[in-house]
Amino acid sequence: MASPSLMDTLFQRTLDDIIKGLRHQQAGESAFISKVVEEIRREIKSTDLHTKSIALQKLTYINSIHFIDMSWAAFHAIECISSPNFSHKKVGYLAISMSFNESTSVILLITNQLRKDLKSNNEFEVSLALDCLSRIGTADLCRDLTPEVFTLLSSSKVFVRKKAIGVVLRVFGKYPDAVRVCFKRLVECLDGTDPQIVSAVVGVFLLKIFAKLAPLEPRLAKRVVEPICDHMRRTGAKSLMFECIRTVVTSFTDYESAVKLSVAKIRDFLVDDDPNLKYLGLHALSIIAPNHLWAVLENKEVVIKSLSDDDPNVKLESLRLVAAMVSESNVVEICRVLVNYSLKSDPEFCNEILGSILSKCCQNVYEIIVDFDWYVSLLGEMSRIPHCQKGEEIENQLIDIGMRVKDVRPELVRVGRDLLIDPALLGNSFLHRILSAAAWVCGEYVEFSTKPVELVEALLQPRTSLLPPSIRTVYIQSAFKILIFCLHSYLLQRENIADDMASEMLGLKSQGECSGSSALVTGKAPACQEQDEGFNPRDSNKSYEDLSIINEGDVSALLEKGFTHESIVNLLNLIELALGPLSGSPDVEVQERSKNVLGFVDLIKQEISNGFVSERASKIIDMVHDAFTEELGPVSVNAQEKVPIPDGLMLKENLADLDAICGNVQLPSSISFSMGSPFGESVGASVSIPQSKEESEPSSESTSLLAEHRKRHGLYYLPSEKNETLANDYPPANDPKSSDNTNDDAQDLVKLTDKSLLPKRRSNHAKPRPVVVKLDEGDVAPIIAKKSATRDDLLSDAVRDILLGNVAKTASSQSIISDKSSSKRKGKEKLNVDLPESREILGVEKPDLGNPSSRRSKHRSHGKEKSRKSPEKKNSDEIGDGEKESRRVDIAIVGIKQNKELKGP
Amino acid sequence: MIHFVLLISRQGKVRLTKWYSPYSQKERTKVIRELSGVILSRGPKLCNFVEWRGYKVVYKRYASLYFCMCIDQDDNELEVLEIIHHYVEILDRYFGSVCELDLIFNFHKAYYILDELLIAGELQESSKKTVARLIAAQDSLVESAKEQASSISNIIAQATK
Repeated sequence: MASPSLMDTLFQRTLDDIIKGLRHQQAGESAFISKVVEEIRREIKSTDLHTKSIALQKLTYINSIHFIDMSWAAFHAIECISSPNFSHKKVGYLAISMSFNESTSVILLITNQLRKDLKSNNEFEVSLALDCLSRIGTADLCRDLTPEVFTLLSSSKVFVRKKAIGVVLRVFGKYPDAVRVCFKRLVECLDGTDPQIVSAVVGVFLLKIFAKLAPLEPRLAKRVVEPICDHMRRTGAKSLMFECIRTVVTSFTDYESAVKLSVAKIRDFLVDDDPNLKYLGLHALSIIAPNHLWAVLENKEVVIKSLSDDDPNVKLESLRLVAAMVSESNVVEICRVLVNYSLKSDPEFCNEILGSILSKCCQNVYEIIVDFDWYVSLLGEMSRIPHCQKGEEIENQLIDIGMRVKDVRPELVRVGRDLLIDPALLGNSFLHRILSAAAWVCGEYVEFSTKPVELVEALLQPRTSLLPPSIRTVYIQSAFKILIFCLHSYLLQRENIADDMASEMLGLKSQGECSGSSALVTGKAPACQEQDEGFNPRDSNKSYEDLSIINEGDVSALLEKGFTHESIVNLLNLIELALGPLSGSPDVEVQERSKNVLGFVDLIKQEISNGFVSERASKIIDMVHDAFTEELGPVSVNAQEKVPIPDGLMLKENLADLDAICGNVQLPSSISFSMGSPFGESVGASVSIPQSKEESEPSSESTSLLAEHRKRHGLYYLPSEKNETLANDYPPANDPKSSDNTNDDAQDLVKLTDKSLLPKRRSNHAKPRPVVVKLDEGDVAPIIAKKSATRDDLLSDAVRDILLGNVAKTASSQSIISDKSSSKRKGKEKLNVDLPESREILGVEKPDLGNPSSRRSKHRSHGKEKSRKSPEKKNSDEIGDGEKESRRVDIAIVGIKQNKELKGP
Repeated sequence: MIHFVLLISRQGKVRLTKWYSPYSQKERTKVIRELSGVILSRGPKLCNFVEWRGYKVVYKRYASLYFCMCIDQDDNELEVLEIIHHYVEILDRYFGSVCELDLIFNFHKAYYILDELLIAGELQESSKKTVARLIAAQDSLVESAKEQASSISNIIAQATK
């Protein structure tokens, strides 16, 4: 055993030396550590296990505190555990349980050593091995070592048995098949638990088991509910009490008396001074809220007071509860209260509030919203809250509502206009997304606007230069749409006037008046007409203010949507002036769109000179207008899947390594396909090439190209995913307000919500709810109950197999179990009474069940459902929809989805 | 289940980490950075629970040390608080009024005690006496093993002279 590096052994630094050394180092800590690691690397190679184990121990220390990688020492750790010396073994196991993971390659080597130690006569070695297995057990290890662990379940040493149970837990998780072997033994273990272990902790553990079993077996609940209530009444331990409450509110919500009792206990928690209990009380309420809203309403005062608690956790929890209280009848009032409160709170919580309003209101396709005009204006108001960072969500909802709810469009345009016209909003980058939604809405539904020219001015105002290019393109396209609308209505108007003139001669008079009122403009118009689309120095000399003043005067002179020749020319000039500089924009999209618009403006200008509109121009305008007025409906998520893939189209092959090619280039979240024709992207690309040329194309072609362009690029791109960012980041503790202040706040809140929470008659909504376009498959209801992970499914599958599967052969064993339990029941403490009882129920239940296989298969299909959307799921959705329909007949269900326009890459 | 146990000092220094769920080295550092930021900044009169990435972190401050345990959503927070207290009491009994320095210099012992207390992220032993007995037994085993080893190395050292 003589080591070649005896000097190392004799002069090795101990762990204490290193810790002391580290504590003395102030600045050069990392240098010291790397020096120590160097030493360790040398020492650990020593053949003397003592030296090796000390080195390993030092390394473990450095790894656990300073996070120095120690995976390289994996093999040395294995060498240490194979030592006969207990202290070496201990060090080795510690190192292994700290550093090994599933991907450690040498993990296969420890199987035998673990097996040896599990069989060891020294119970402490056994316990070391069990500890280690519980920590690092992989599926392979678990499979190989199940028999050993299984034997240990009947060990004579209590603490070994306990550890073995703990390990079995891990083994079950990793290797569900083990359940088949061990389950009965495990149940016996539980059965024979020493009374000394029965404590609050075990109670909690038992209750957890019941909570897990309850959904599987409804009849269990009936038997268990009473004892649980007993406990709740009697126990002094808060943790047990809370577990009882939680068990009741999660699993036994059908038992009125139990729920009542636990709500009473929750109330005790809520009024307690201990912030922990308060938080847990709120938490329990939020669990119970979906089923028993009355429990929340009963405690609403406390809940709302907690909105202004010092603790951000408590605030969040109470916010969730307030959101849960929102219903159709009080949504207006509660949202008002919340928005007002958000103005007063810190930015982080303000955004939490806004987020919860937004997510609550859009739930199930705006189920609770009756008055959409109100909601849209609320969205507008929320955008103006200084801390608002929910731009993306508001953007989505604005567009979504615009497309789904026809009746709200006028209000939507009004809200959009208010947002667009405010130059101050352009400076806030969080609002840019909202602004782009507003711009899109105003462009798409411009027919509801009272002053389209004003919108164009807003869209082209100088401060739009603060917008990112992607949003500027939306602005430009919206301005283009509005322009087309103006031109078209001008044409209509002219036709009408012409008709009128044919019958009466009144038209002449009005025209004369108009041209007289804006003589200044007429003077300028011809000059502008000569300009080409390029950048003109004369244009830049004119200030925007001039133009807008003139235009405002113009617009106000115009009643309703009447357009004069001058106002149209003016509009064209304005667009030309604003977009001129953009034709040289470095951003391709901005450049291309502005050039398109400029080309169009140029073309029209030539055609409508001197108050005369040529046949050709009116034809072009008609065509473009037709393209734009076509209703843009949502498209089903699955629409693309329904299109059969044409032969010879190889999408996957080409794009398989796209990730590798693009590397860190950020791709748009989906690839353009909305070509109208299913021929892939190459066609689209070739079509788009002529468009980017500067000269305007022959008329008919250009209009079709424009329509094509619009189709291809999309004025607006809807991200298909709606991500919930709620509660992802934890808000840091905020500076506590002065207590009296918060109390006032709380009082105010309570007062305000007091009224609103009273059940109200629907009479205050005079308007009927507008039609909301609904999708049957695209809108998956966001409220999906928490699904257990597949691993758990496997596990519970296995358990079920044990419990239900072997009905036939357990006829005899079953009677044994129930015999045993009945005999044991007498001498047991009250807690244990629950256990045999429950098992008895399970036993009795077996023959009744009839077809356990169907039950099991049902459960399995649930797992499949997640991987691919199965028809069952669709069915259930339809059922849900059907219910809603009966409740509210006016909801049209159309198979469509919102992301109708997709942006090109 | 308890996913990990952290001991962090008031200054944000890590004193002990124990992971019951697989976390890579990178994730560990990140978790610790995130959590110490959240927990150390919380005031004294707030509740002892923090919601974090879909888990809950239960923490309690003892003198200058924060004991943190990360649990699942449906675990019992109060029970975990009791476990933390239980652990501190055992440490206290073992070291005799434990202080931060004890844990710094005997980090492995703190681990061994934790191993007797928890297994696979679950509580295994709720009796302080039993844990103390087990630890003492193992300590004496280690001592005797060490004595043996040192005597052997003495022999070797003498033999090689």
